[in-house]
Amino acid sequence: MNAIIFSAIMGVVMMFTGIFTNKKPVITLTAIVALVILLVANILNSYGIFSIQVDTKDLLHFNKMGMFFNTLMIAGTLLFVLLSGSELEKLGNKTADFYALIFFVLCGTAILTSFNGMLMLFLGIEILSIPLYILTGSDKKNLKSNEASLKYFLMGSFTTGIMLMGIVLLYGATGSFGMAGVSNPATPPSAGVQTASFLQVAGMLLLFAAMSFKVSAAPFHFWTPDVYDGAPSVFTSFMSTIVKAAGFFAFIKLFASNTSLLGPTWSIILSFVIVATLFAGNITAIFQRSIKRMLAYSSIAQAGFMLFALYSNNDLGTEGIILYTVAYCLATIGFFAILMKVKDYTFDGFNGLASTQPVLAFVATICLLSLAGIPLTAGFFAKYFMLASVVKAGGPIWLVIVAVLFAAMSAYYYFKVIQAMYFKEGQPETAEIGQGFKFGLLLVAVAIVLVGVLPSLVLNCFYF
Amino acid sequence: MITLLLILTPLVTGLIAFFLKQGNAAKNFALLASVATAALSLSAVFAQGTITYDASWLASIGSRITLKADGMAKMLTLLTAVSFPVIFTAIYNNTYKQAASFYGLMLLSQAGLMGVFLAADALLFYFFWELALIPVYFLCSIWGGEKRIAVTFKFFVYTFVGSLLMLIGLLFMYFNTADQSFSWQSFQAVQMSAKQETVLFWLFFIAFAIKMPIFPFHTWQPDAYKQSPTATTMVMSGIMVKMGVFAVIRWLLPMFPVAAAQSANLIIILSVIGMIYASLIAIRQDDIKRMIAYSSIAHIGLMSAAMFTNNATAMDGVMIQMFSHGVNVIGLWIIADLIEKQLGTTNMKELGGLAQKAPVMAILLVVMALANVALPLTNAFIGEFLMFNGLFQYNMVMAGIAGISIILAAVYTLNMVQRVIYGNVNAITEKATEIPSNIQLALVIITLMILVFGVYPQPLLDLTGDSVSAIFVNK
Repeated sequence: MNAIIFSAIMGVVMMFTGIFTNKKPVITLTAIVALVILLVANILNSYGIFSIQVDTKDLLHFNKMGMFFNTLMIAGTLLFVLLSGSELEKLGNKTADFYALIFFVLCGTAILTSFNGMLMLFLGIEILSIPLYILTGSDKKNLKSNEASLKYFLMGSFTTGIMLMGIVLLYGATGSFGMAGVSNPATPPSAGVQTASFLQVAGMLLLFAAMSFKVSAAPFHFWTPDVYDGAPSVFTSFMSTIVKAAGFFAFIKLFASNTSLLGPTWSIILSFVIVATLFAGNITAIFQRSIKRMLAYSSIAQAGFMLFALYSNNDLGTEGIILYTVAYCLATIGFFAILMKVKDYTFDGFNGLASTQPVLAFVATICLLSLAGIPLTAGFFAKYFMLASVVKAGGPIWLVIVAVLFAAMSAYYYFKVIQAMYFKEGQPETAEIGQGFKFGLLLVAVAIVLVGVLPSLVLNCFYF
Repeated sequence: MITLLLILTPLVTGLIAFFLKQGNAAKNFALLASVATAALSLSAVFAQGTITYDASWLASIGSRITLKADGMAKMLTLLTAVSFPVIFTAIYNNTYKQAASFYGLMLLSQAGLMGVFLAADALLFYFFWELALIPVYFLCSIWGGEKRIAVTFKFFVYTFVGSLLMLIGLLFMYFNTADQSFSWQSFQAVQMSAKQETVLFWLFFIAFAIKMPIFPFHTWQPDAYKQSPTATTMVMSGIMVKMGVFAVIRWLLPMFPVAAAQSANLIIILSVIGMIYASLIAIRQDDIKRMIAYSSIAHIGLMSAAMFTNNATAMDGVMIQMFSHGVNVIGLWIIADLIEKQLGTTNMKELGGLAQKAPVMAILLVVMALANVALPLTNAFIGEFLMFNGLFQYNMVMAGIAGISIILAAVYTLNMVQRVIYGNVNAITEKATEIPSNIQLALVIITLMILVFGVYPQPLLDLTGDSVSAIFVNK
């Protein structure tokens, strides 16, 4: 409960900061302090030392896993603000409002990690999404940003409609908004055979489509490249990591207990979505000229891998999604922080970065190696756990082989950036880079390698 | 403990090398570090029995830092440890831009290679397998020739696909182990159906076949060897290809004896095709480097065929040949590099008459060339003889066809010798001077190894005997 209450309060606090001061560094500092308070409050809650008790009438259910995920989300946001806060300050005069919106997004993720019914799921998704529509359009004099925002808003609201339809159908089938509506069959199981009514199946499929949209799984991914590309890079970095991970968490939490309902059909649908997502993301990413757009497509490709946790639905999958979140957030936030310092977002814009900015190039390389899933980086164990969970769940070998071939394909576009930085000549234009920023980046690189060698560091926190 | 040090020494010194001053400091440091590793490796070779090291790593998924140095591992770590000082000596006069990074990456790749040969835990093995690849990728792409970026990337993608297929194989094996562990013992003890075994066998085999490389997975190799900086080419052709051979013997054969026996015929046919095919192409080459690259494919083909004959004599031959081929091919590369540095070309059409200008180099080149042909009294003869012996017992026809490659090897190697060092001095070779002393030192070390093991190979056979008998005792 702490995370929800504190993030909402901090959001309001940030709004008022804008009234009292116009100095942007002060606002960023306030946001950092607020994030630290939020982080501490959530950690205290997860160890059961201090928590605000509210009777939620069983609408919310707090467990260790959810609270640990909150910790990851808040820590990720903290990292994001520390590395990219200065970029955020450059966007217009509404810095305090942007931070307020970020806190409201965190409030949404906190609800998504603890919902215990369709109503709360819906509320969480909306609290998460609406600030994002605004953040996407925050560069308001830029046409692309406006277009992205409008597109995101229209498609997002349409999906909300589909989601509500799904919830209503489930309500019709089971007479309840509770999670039991998804997980239990409407008619009592007879002779051990679970049967689901038509309404229930239709409702679940609609929910599935809506959640797939939120995590940009194919064939519901078409908004992703335009929105990620059009939004200011700072917020792309935030959206494609923290928000996406929260979406996945909700997705898995919602469907974890009912995979048996649809029987074999479920794994067929899911395999199709996974393969389509990997295909759409990877193939399109190869042909991009802009690194930012490439990252948008690669984030679709990464979503394909994260969907394996849903497919396997076992403890390895849970550990996998945690590691994946950590690895993906570290690498993507780190890489976006570097990207924003480079003037030209095309691959050619990175030519020769290694000779002008060796630290940036080195950290970018570690981030890209991690995204590609090379051993000794966090990304390897993320992919390893995902594949292992599918093998453990008895998944078909062809699915694993397809995934692995797409992973090899992803090396192509990630390595194109490395090639540009190290093997090509050029004089890339970069913004002023401070020592503190470099130090922060090196810490990210160290963290990526550390998790890549000892993933148990993260996993043990989860089992504390 | 010594096994751990064999990995840690190059790893730590490699990381330190990045922070040294550019130029001579890094060069001398790397040479010293590699000599230290060589000393460690020698002490490991003279230690009795199998040396093991075990420490906890990832308890939750059953992977440990387990290192095992049996005869074969000792032999290959010795090859790795001895090759690097020789290579560093040979390239001592070369200047590289960003020398510190160059030597750092070289040492890191050495650490990866050491790890591959020592790991007795499958996940650890996989880690080192990749650790050996990444530094080499950067070495080739930064310091290589004109077409380096495309060529090295092809090489990287090939091996990366192979590694990922192996990763799937590892996962399936892991979930079939009795105690959910990645240890070599548990992997060996896995019981599975014939069909499963065949699928898993090929998942692993493709990864190893790409690395060796054997026909038809070899297409990355000639270009990569030609475009890489020669020091890296020496590492790749001298040591890295042995990773594939080693992995088959250490992991593949014990894990899937049934599938290996079933697929043996197909693999031996592929290997023999590869030998003849590569030899024929080698004859047609005008470029010394490309010729060495194709000749290397032919030699590896023979090793790959011999491994699958299920014959202890052939296996002895493979062991000896792994060491011999590593040493000999590095010698050939050193001379090719020398010619390129001095005369600016490795095209045989433009060369000739080097024997008149540089007699010592000519003598050393002839020694390397004869070793490449596997003439008696050179180390390669022992290995090839034993391997052909085993292959002959397996299938006479196949051995006969493979035997043609010996003749072909003589054709292309002696042809190369003739065109490069005999004949008349021309405008280009006029510039040639006698071999510098550091390269002379490196080549003399190699020549000594060629002759000593050519006359008295027993120490090598004794060293690897335990590994060979371990493979055949289980059957």
